[in-house]
Amino acid sequence: MNQTLAVQALCKWFSTAAARFDALSDISFGVGAGEFVAVVGASGCGKSTLLRIIAGLEQPSSGDVLVDQQVICGPGRDRAMVFQDYSLYPWLTVIENIRFSLRLRSGRLAPDSAAAQSAAERSELLMELMGLTRVRDAHPHELSGGMRQRVAIARALLSKPQLLLMDEPFGALDAQTREVMHDLILHIVALERPTIVFVTHDVEEAVYLADRVIVLAPGPGRIDSVWPIGLPPALERTQDLKRSPAFLATSREILDRIRATSGLQSDLDALRRLTGAAGRAATTIM
Amino acid sequence: MNQRLGQPRRRSPVWTIRGSLSRKLYWSIAATSFCVWIAAWWAVTALQLVDPLFLPGPGAVLRRFDLWLRDGGLLRDAGISIFRVTAGFLLSAAIALPLGLVIGAYRPVRAFFEPLLEFARYLPAVAFVPMVLLWTGIGESSKILVIWIGTFFQMVIMLSEDVGRVPLPQVETARTLGASGREVVILVLLRSAMPAMFDTLRITLGWAWTYLVVAELVAANSGLGYAILKAQRFLQTDRIFVGIIVIGLIGLGTDQVLRWLHRRLFPWAGARS
Repeated sequence: MNQTLAVQALCKWFSTAAARFDALSDISFGVGAGEFVAVVGASGCGKSTLLRIIAGLEQPSSGDVLVDQQVICGPGRDRAMVFQDYSLYPWLTVIENIRFSLRLRSGRLAPDSAAAQSAAERSELLMELMGLTRVRDAHPHELSGGMRQRVAIARALLSKPQLLLMDEPFGALDAQTREVMHDLILHIVALERPTIVFVTHDVEEAVYLADRVIVLAPGPGRIDSVWPIGLPPALERTQDLKRSPAFLATSREILDRIRATSGLQSDLDALRRLTGAAGRAATTIM
Repeated sequence: MNQRLGQPRRRSPVWTIRGSLSRKLYWSIAATSFCVWIAAWWAVTALQLVDPLFLPGPGAVLRRFDLWLRDGGLLRDAGISIFRVTAGFLLSAAIALPLGLVIGAYRPVRAFFEPLLEFARYLPAVAFVPMVLLWTGIGESSKILVIWIGTFFQMVIMLSEDVGRVPLPQVETARTLGASGREVVILVLLRSAMPAMFDTLRITLGWAWTYLVVAELVAANSGLGYAILKAQRFLQTDRIFVGIIVIGLIGLGTDQVLRWLHRRLFPWAGARS
């Protein structure tokens, strides 16, 4: 299979004078061209660190990340990243934000060239696709959180990156806006076939969007399990699907794995003891 | 019986903590504040509660203002003082802006300069006056240098912090879109921090005025600070008041102009007050 991304025996640790903290341990997986992979896991499992290493924003302690068979050694325009928030440039309008990469030396095109022409057309197309036409010349502070994330996604897609990295892109949005964004993403998937690595803590979101879900376990971060998701093609998925037995079963199983690896079980026992004791105390007073 | 929740009675939103106030009401209250203080000043002196030598009345100060203005001295003094403050401030800004930017961008540069600057900003500018006279003589450069010493170190530290407050996702987005280090510094850090840096310059310009009197303490024969010090020698307290008020008005005026400019230049950024 044609692999766009290959993560090979990736380890990441942080050293202090006293101890070594392992954030990620021996992570290996591949992502095929046009595949949508979601990474979920309990907080502290290192899923964001993993994504940042793939983006080249952080260096691995050992192991390699390959994009199209090339070892990466820093951030680059082949791997665009969408952050949770605060990534838009507030002094630029919506369309200027989307076209930001064209201002950079690495993305600059000769004016009036065919390439510049098609980049301009593509930015207009993405803006339309994202429903941003009405706010073309607005500044980010005039937009809602959902609209801002649409701009961030359009900006990342402009240069057709080999890999689109998304770090909890809808984590700061309300539930309704998030559903709208999900269907928007599915349309992008159908239209552009981008290769996506998507980090989230929302299991339902992961199952609804992804072809494959990777569960990371914490302490140290490692791959716990990989779940192929057999949902219908992107454009045939609807919000009703989220209530289907198969969808709910897969979501519950993944959630159970996260819960099992998160180490929260003992807390619940302690709570039960406390509520039990309080209940007995209440009956004696009565 | 209905139990009331929250506040016992409905309060005006004006008195809510960090509530809102219309521009018109803001300026009415500000104008009232000035009037109240001037009225109190006038009342205290008109009733002769204090010796006019200690506190000259508004009338005496106004007469002195008129006199000073008409002999041409006030405009000349104000002019030379504005020149000194502007020159010292611009000299500070010209060095502090690029230095603050690289300190805010690169950790090793920060490590090299920050502790040094934290030390230097506690150096008393006043104590440097004799040294400045030795170094630069009694010309204009000595006054400009005193103002520079008073403002520069604070300015660099504040500007570097403005750069440091640029949200990290803005920087990292640029890097994943293919920006070089230089491009991140110029197109993102500088551009994003600009409104905050402009505010920092506005605030430090105020400090430059406070160092003016120190700068004109020695070896000056013109300027508002010099006039105040000379009036002190002859116990012309009304002249001291005119000097202080004129400096205050120049400061207030410049500040308002710079605030207006901030709103025009950076409509997308909230102002820091």
